[in-house]
Amino acid sequence: MIDQLDPVLLARVQFAFTVSFHILFPAFTIGLASWLAVVEWRWLKTGNVLYQEIYRQWVKVFAVTFGMGVVSGVVLSYQFGTNWSVFADRVGNVLGPLLGYEVLTAFFLEASFLGIMLFGTGRVGPKMHFAATVIVALGTLISAFWILSANSWMQTPQGYRIGAEGLFYPTSWIEIIFNPSFPYRLFHMTVAAYLTTAFVVAGMGGYYLLRQKFVPHARIIFGMGMLMAVFVAPLQLLLGDMHGLNTLAHQPAKVAAMEGLWETERGAPLKLFGLPDQAAEATKYAIEIPNLSSLILTHKWNGEVKGLKAWPPDERPPVAPVFWSFRVMVGLGMLMILTGVFAAVLHWRKRLFDTRWFQWWCLAMTPSGFIALLAGWFVTEIGRQPYLVHGVLRAAEAASPVNANQVGLSLIAFVAVYLLVFSAGVYYIARLVANGPQPAAEPVYGDHGLEKPAIIAKGKHSKRKRTPGGQHV
Amino acid sequence: MFNLGDILDLPLIWYALIATAIFLYVLLDGFDLGIGILFPFAPSDKCRDRMMSSIAPFWDGNETWLVLGGGGLFAAFPLAYAILMPAFYMPVIIMLLGLILRGVSFEFRFKAQGRAKRLWDYTFHFGSLIATFAQGAVLGGFVQGVAVSGRGYAGGSLDWLSAFSVMTGLALVCGYALIGATWLIMKTEDVTQAWARKCAGYLFGYVAFFMALVSVSMPLMNAAIKSLWFSLPNFFYLMVMPLACVVLFIVLWRDLHRGHEYRPFLVTIGVFLMNYIGLGVSMWPWLVPFQVSFRKAAAAPESQSLLIVGTAVLLPIVLGYTAYSYYIFRGKSSHEAHY
Ligand code: HDD
Ligand code: HEM
Ligand code: HEM
Repeated sequence: MIDQLDPVLLARVQFAFTVSFHILFPAFTIGLASWLAVVEWRWLKTGNVLYQEIYRQWVKVFAVTFGMGVVSGVVLSYQFGTNWSVFADRVGNVLGPLLGYEVLTAFFLEASFLGIMLFGTGRVGPKMHFAATVIVALGTLISAFWILSANSWMQTPQGYRIGAEGLFYPTSWIEIIFNPSFPYRLFHMTVAAYLTTAFVVAGMGGYYLLRQKFVPHARIIFGMGMLMAVFVAPLQLLLGDMHGLNTLAHQPAKVAAMEGLWETERGAPLKLFGLPDQAAEATKYAIEIPNLSSLILTHKWNGEVKGLKAWPPDERPPVAPVFWSFRVMVGLGMLMILTGVFAAVLHWRKRLFDTRWFQWWCLAMTPSGFIALLAGWFVTEIGRQPYLVHGVLRAAEAASPVNANQVGLSLIAFVAVYLLVFSAGVYYIARLVANGPQPAAEPVYGDHGLEKPAIIAKGKHSKRKRTPGGQHV
Repeated sequence: MFNLGDILDLPLIWYALIATAIFLYVLLDGFDLGIGILFPFAPSDKCRDRMMSSIAPFWDGNETWLVLGGGGLFAAFPLAYAILMPAFYMPVIIMLLGLILRGVSFEFRFKAQGRAKRLWDYTFHFGSLIATFAQGAVLGGFVQGVAVSGRGYAGGSLDWLSAFSVMTGLALVCGYALIGATWLIMKTEDVTQAWARKCAGYLFGYVAFFMALVSVSMPLMNAAIKSLWFSLPNFFYLMVMPLACVVLFIVLWRDLHRGHEYRPFLVTIGVFLMNYIGLGVSMWPWLVPFQVSFRKAAAAPESQSLLIVGTAVLLPIVLGYTAYSYYIFRGKSSHEAHY
């Protein structure tokens, strides 16, 4: 049965599934690592035990998320070869070194210092432990740098030439790495990861406050999350707007799909909602605000915006998913900004920590970051179709010479294993959250479990000092 | 565009680097996976806790060598990567699924109790077992050779599967289990150590048996390999490796029975190294065996140049902090890994 399906379609579904699964974890670990570094820094600086207890609770959540991020990431790095081997052969000269740098500068760093971050308490001093947390956080950002550079190059390729047999050759590394859409994507994505984490943390803080459990901790994490909502959510709107203008310059067809715009128009309206119909080449039942699209995109009341009909049908991306994903992302972005506004007002009225409806609201916003982030990637990636490397290499040409059976079976296996792993992961994280922060005198988290005395413990036994991981040394 | 291709033999350097990365992967993740293979046979839950905490801080870094092997192949020899991955589609995917189950078991098992803990015991075991077998099968398929036309894989989806690749799969399972057992001898005490010693004793025999079997079948399968090993001056040079292996085996046997703690692990590394070099000699200079040499598969010199600069600086640093992390977690591990 499977062998009657199109192997390229299956490969695309498989890639979309595995990469969407993967990105959920980095989105959270990038934000969480940086946040944990801040929390540990506060603890070292103030000596306030609350910070230590928060750190010890969330570092466990971090460990689970990170583990799932690692195993799903390893899959991706092999999928370029198993499912997109022609792509790997043609662009290997350009993208290979970028991914190689990611491994050397980021993955080893994260992996090695993660061990110290999780199990190093009592074996290294508090300063070294803090350094390990900071290094892991840096590693996640470096990793984002390289992989987003690679992805951005596929969106806005430059600095290459095409040689014999259609192979890509680099002509300028600076142009390749710092391609036009890269800075926008790097900042937009990093901020997206921070917001995702902030809303998870704030949502859980809201949950504790609702239940009146762990209130002192809850006030801290809720407050930190709200700070992000107040200051960083509006920043994301700004970054997104700049990103959109950049896309208009380099991938105008994608922008036309985001806007659901078919005719090239002056003074184009902004379609709030509507049903894009690829066959009829129209967006039906549109609710429009006159001229706003032109104003946003060209910053002129009557600026011209290109419609999809300016491209032949086989060069247009699928409009409906791009159109809808874009609205989901921006809509959630607006809700995040609104959350920040509420928080600011409540803070000003000194009611931030005891307004029940707002706690419910924040609890409901917990998954908003993940949804917005996936929606954003769908806009970016589906809007790039039918190309893999924009304007040069089509997805259909780039697939591996493997039959549909293999791709279909492996897709089924991935779905089954990921569902098991994902449900278990969510279950254990939910339990960690439900148990709440534990008093610091509990048995140590992250003791590597070695019975011989630890390096720093030697000779200092009498002092009974507390270290950030929570152990009495 | 800077290009070091004129002053350095970049393809050769990269061939050596990738070979080293893969070897380090085999050693490092080898003992992790080996512990997974031995896992359900341990005498008690306490032993299992010890076994797991002896590798918990390292497994992620160890697995990263696999990413470097794959990513490095993509970067330095994209043609080989593009042919080999579709050729070994099935075992590679099976390996990845095994590694997923193995990897998440660490985090989940630490948090589970009772029946759920059993579940993660078994995902840890079967994940390790499946991943190892698949790696061994890829190795076997690689040695058999790969069908190529133009710049792509031209064979079927099951070409890799044969009696030989099943044998290499089993051989690798025994090999990893041996290095895992010797790691445990080094990192544990008392009951666990005594049990690991016994395991190593059994595995010793299996590994010797499979090594002999593979060594005999390779020249029988391939005339080029036969003439390489059995033509005259070569024979005497190359015999150094099998002889060294025999000596190492004798040392290992005595160490296992005399209570050495560190040496069995080091000697096992030596055995792995001899085999790996032997394999490398037989496969030279192919990256896609008998079709594409490492020179032909090489990426553009500009691409290899860019990455070699970074590697020259970064690899020593990576090795440095990897060593640091092993140093921090030195000594015997206990069952009391609070997680
Ligand atoms: C913006 C960030 C981002 C994006 C778009 C991606 N990743 Fe990722 N990846 C990370 C951010 C990240 C990370 C934060 O660095 C992770 C997450 C958890 C972790 O362990 O590191 C990671 C882990 C991770 C690993 C495991 C590293 C290890 O062994 O420690 C691999 C091999 C990849 N990724 C590969 C990929 C590939 C091939 C991608 C594209 C298709 C990809 N990632 C998208
Ligand atoms: C991490 C967040 C990402 C998400 C959620 C994502 C999502 C997607 C989706 C939904 C598709 C399918 C598009 C379609 O076929 O209609 C796709 C395709 C693809 N993406 Fe991404 N992507 C991400 C990052 C990346 C990165 C960083 C790279 C490369 C460096 C990349 C490379 C590809 C490739 C090679 C394909 C397959 C060919 C295709 O169908 O276009 N993606 N991705
Ligand atoms: C608030 C208003 C926002 C605007 C105007 C906006 C704008 C955009 C645009 C135009 C793109 C597509 C760029 C391209 O593919 O060329 C994009 C992508 C994306 N957006 Fe947003 N965005 C907003 C909010 C958010 C929020 C709240 C999140 C997540 C928390 C988010 C996450 C993403 C991600 C992950 C991508 C894909 C990666 C990238 O291309 O940068 N965005 N956004």
